[in-house]
Amino acid sequence: MNHYVDFISQALEIIVALVAAPLLTGWVNQCRAWLQNKSAPSMLQPHRMLHKLFHKEVVMAEHASPLFRMEPYIIFGCMILACGIIPTLSTRLPLSSAADAIALVGLFALGRVFLALAAMDIGTAFGSMGSRREMFIGFLAEPALLMVLFSASLITNSTSLANIADNLTHRQLAIYPSLAFAGIAFTMVLLAENARVPVDNPATHLELTMIHEALLLEHSGRYLALMEWAASLKLFAYLCIGFAIFFPWGIAEAGHPFALILSIPVLAAKLAVGGALLAVIETASAKLRIFRVPEFLSMAFLMAVLGMLVHFLLGA
Amino acid sequence: MDHLLLLVLVTPLLGSIALVLLGHSEAAPEINVGFSLVTFVASVLLAAEVIAQGPTIFIGQYFFADSLSVFIAALTAFVGMTTSLFSRPYMRIERDNGRMTERRMRLYHSMYQLFMFTMLLALLSNNIGIMWVALESATLTVLLLVSIYRTAASVEAAWKYFILSGVGIALALLGTILLYLAAARHFGIAGDALLWTNLQSAKAYLEPATTSLAFVFLLVGYGTKMGLVPMHSWLPDAHAEGPTPISAVLSGLLLNVALYAVLRFKGLADGALQNGLPGKMLVGFGLVSVLVAAFSLSRQKDVKRMFSYSSIEHVGLMAFTFGVGGPIATYAGLLHMTAHSLVKSAIFFSVGHACQKAGTQIIADIRGLAHVSPTVGCGMMLGALAILGLPPFGVFSSEFLIVTTAVRELPWAAPLLILALGVAFATIFSRVQSMVFGETTAKPLAHSPALLPLFIHLGLALLLGLYIPPYLHAWYVQAAHIITG
Amino acid sequence: MTGVSSQILNLLAALLLLLTFAMLGQRRILSLITLFMLHGIVVVVSALLIGYATSNHHLYFSAGLTLAVKVMLIPWILHKLVFRLKVKREVETLINVSVTMLIGIVLVIVAFNIALPVAALSSSVASGTLGIALACVLLSFMMILVRSNAIPQVIGYLTMENGLFFAATAATDGMPLLVELGVALAVIGGTLVVGLFMFQIREHFDDLDIHNLETRKED
Repeated sequence: MNHYVDFISQALEIIVALVAAPLLTGWVNQCRAWLQNKSAPSMLQPHRMLHKLFHKEVVMAEHASPLFRMEPYIIFGCMILACGIIPTLSTRLPLSSAADAIALVGLFALGRVFLALAAMDIGTAFGSMGSRREMFIGFLAEPALLMVLFSASLITNSTSLANIADNLTHRQLAIYPSLAFAGIAFTMVLLAENARVPVDNPATHLELTMIHEALLLEHSGRYLALMEWAASLKLFAYLCIGFAIFFPWGIAEAGHPFALILSIPVLAAKLAVGGALLAVIETASAKLRIFRVPEFLSMAFLMAVLGMLVHFLLGA
Repeated sequence: MDHLLLLVLVTPLLGSIALVLLGHSEAAPEINVGFSLVTFVASVLLAAEVIAQGPTIFIGQYFFADSLSVFIAALTAFVGMTTSLFSRPYMRIERDNGRMTERRMRLYHSMYQLFMFTMLLALLSNNIGIMWVALESATLTVLLLVSIYRTAASVEAAWKYFILSGVGIALALLGTILLYLAAARHFGIAGDALLWTNLQSAKAYLEPATTSLAFVFLLVGYGTKMGLVPMHSWLPDAHAEGPTPISAVLSGLLLNVALYAVLRFKGLADGALQNGLPGKMLVGFGLVSVLVAAFSLSRQKDVKRMFSYSSIEHVGLMAFTFGVGGPIATYAGLLHMTAHSLVKSAIFFSVGHACQKAGTQIIADIRGLAHVSPTVGCGMMLGALAILGLPPFGVFSSEFLIVTTAVRELPWAAPLLILALGVAFATIFSRVQSMVFGETTAKPLAHSPALLPLFIHLGLALLLGLYIPPYLHAWYVQAAHIITG
Repeated sequence: MTGVSSQILNLLAALLLLLTFAMLGQRRILSLITLFMLHGIVVVVSALLIGYATSNHHLYFSAGLTLAVKVMLIPWILHKLVFRLKVKREVETLINVSVTMLIGIVLVIVAFNIALPVAALSSSVASGTLGIALACVLLSFMMILVRSNAIPQVIGYLTMENGLFFAATAATDGMPLLVELGVALAVIGGTLVVGLFMFQIREHFDDLDIHNLETRKED
């Protein structure tokens, strides 16, 4: 019986991820618009755009290599796998043994590498520039993310995200300063990796200021749809990692089929709050100049290391 | 007895307040001298009583005096008095030259008395926290005094002093807190753990790890005020840019009080640790100070900076000898403390007037003092000879004892010491010789120079070298006992 | 000593460390003064908490004193100074921010290592936080070294005193009141003197950049 529940929860997670990710992006855009006193498009707009893009023809550069054709699928696959591993709805996931938290970071890195390669593949100036910047930010953000995950692992004695979430749910309610530091660091890394203000403005149309958008300039049709979907999935995945580590309550544990049903509205609520907070942070910050981004990210790294050190010192 | 101690402490405080009110008047220097004289007499009486009665606690545990502290207190009050005598004509000449205004005279005199108060409070307090507060306040008064000329260079010197001293004092506070922590285990968390008397009696119960950490911080912190290398860089600037009486007081008094604090803590740490670590640290710092200072002497072009490096060298010597430990070395250290205070302040007295005559502090521009003012020139020559350790002055006896102890206890250090002393001798002697002899066109001073303090100091130093009076000898022995525990 | 107070204290100590790092990386002087005020508030709150938890009433007085001096009086004086002296609002650092932060991390590790054997000795509620207090002291020390303007150096010095006060309350439930009073007096006196001093610096050099004060070298 439990076996089936596990498979169902795994499948449900992936489906929920696919459906909820564009909704999340739409929600964040809505919140941003409200905060800026504009009227927002509906939350379903990203879904409509994906639908539109899938029905459009692909226009591709003549000298694009097979790498360019494969890349959207690879990236989309990485993101789906990531969403499958992260315990969004349940901590008993058959796929979670495929990768622990550190391998998850590796998975994101794989996606990033292919993204950068594909953009350079076409050989345009903006593509290469975008790749460089993307790798630059990734290089600085990865250590910070790893440190955050290390802090969480040290507290819970496991590197598997599912186990971390499980462990933290079962503990007594206590204030963990090390997790507080790790939380701040994680937020900063989230902003950097998902191309949000203050690191990169997702709504910009000036190519010279683009980081993530520049990588998508050459894609069209279903490739663009997959890439946009992958970007939403990445944001969804990051938010869920944050919830798993810092707010793990509500995730269904093993052997509670009804809890699985309950966990969906809980996740929705958490995502709503998280998305709103993200919009607030984006609206309140100004975009950093590109040479200040290392400072921002070294601050994140610092917070994460501090969290670890504080854990060693205070045992908390 | 309580009254005597109160008199010793209250007089400079009252003097400071009085000089705030009366400092602009023409008689301010005389008032300064008056208060210093009263302080000195009171401290001598107090010393006599304490020597007779033994270590005493006053006014319900707040103050404490034994032979060591009362000896340094008497020395402090004495040098304070003679320096105030020197400062009388000196500051008047400075005012006539336009470097001081009425307002600044008021600030100078009141801060001078306040500085004496903080010094005496630090020496006579039983509470190590209060001692810290007193030394911190001394830092503030010196800050105001060093910058009194308001030139760019003096402002810079005072700022450097503030930063270095401030950091040092903060580290000393950390050391104090850690020591309190180590002691609180035994005494419980109350005021008692901060009292010298209690700490002395419970030395063996202090927790070793915390105490050694505390001593490190205390040594570095109070060592900054002492002028140990590498925390010494404020010293030459402060000496060069402040008024000369302040240089005399810094070299002659503040260094001693900081050394006193370090010695007390060393006694405690030795009792708690039993592994000789404090002594080794003092030896290390001392030796480095002596060498660095001796080799920096030749690069100095300003006469006051040169003598300030000489102060650093002697402080290093004192740290070295107290670090070596043992009765002879400690006796030598105490003798050296006395002789150095007397002779260094005497040198600064003569240097002050020499600079006023020549109108400059650059060595190369001061010439022919012997022609223009034979007494000042003679004083400087004698002072320089004294500080360089020539017999029959007191410094020779103490340096001799130090070097012989070094040869016996730490043979590898003795050649370094002798080398440093030799280099210092050559440098200072050649510079002073060029200043005292030669042709000059300097003019006479407006007020007659203060010769009395200069020659009193030199005379006392000579006395120390020739014949140490028995009561003084007994005093030193008692104090040495206290330090070596 | 209940677990909740201990946890809140740990959180406050972590917050203190965070604030000290923030001060280390902050360029604007007015924000620095605000951070310093927050620093003081955290120290006051922790002192109040320890006083409440150990029923040590003199800590309430110490906390009140610190509040009056470090949170209200001194930031007010500093604000006045910044406006009267027309200080440049942004300060350059001698080494760039990222390197400063990394060195800061190393200092924190050093401080934690030093404090571990000492903290085992203390029976106080907040013994684990002695390492953090020591780290704050070392970080403020670095702030003094790394800044090239007079006001951040003074703020670094005052932060050091804050860290020491926190160390005293953490390790030994505070120093005796007399000493606290003396320390507070010394701090106020110091700030006033240094404040007056800054006018002198301003008079001779047109701004408070420390580089102007480094002309006197060994000759």
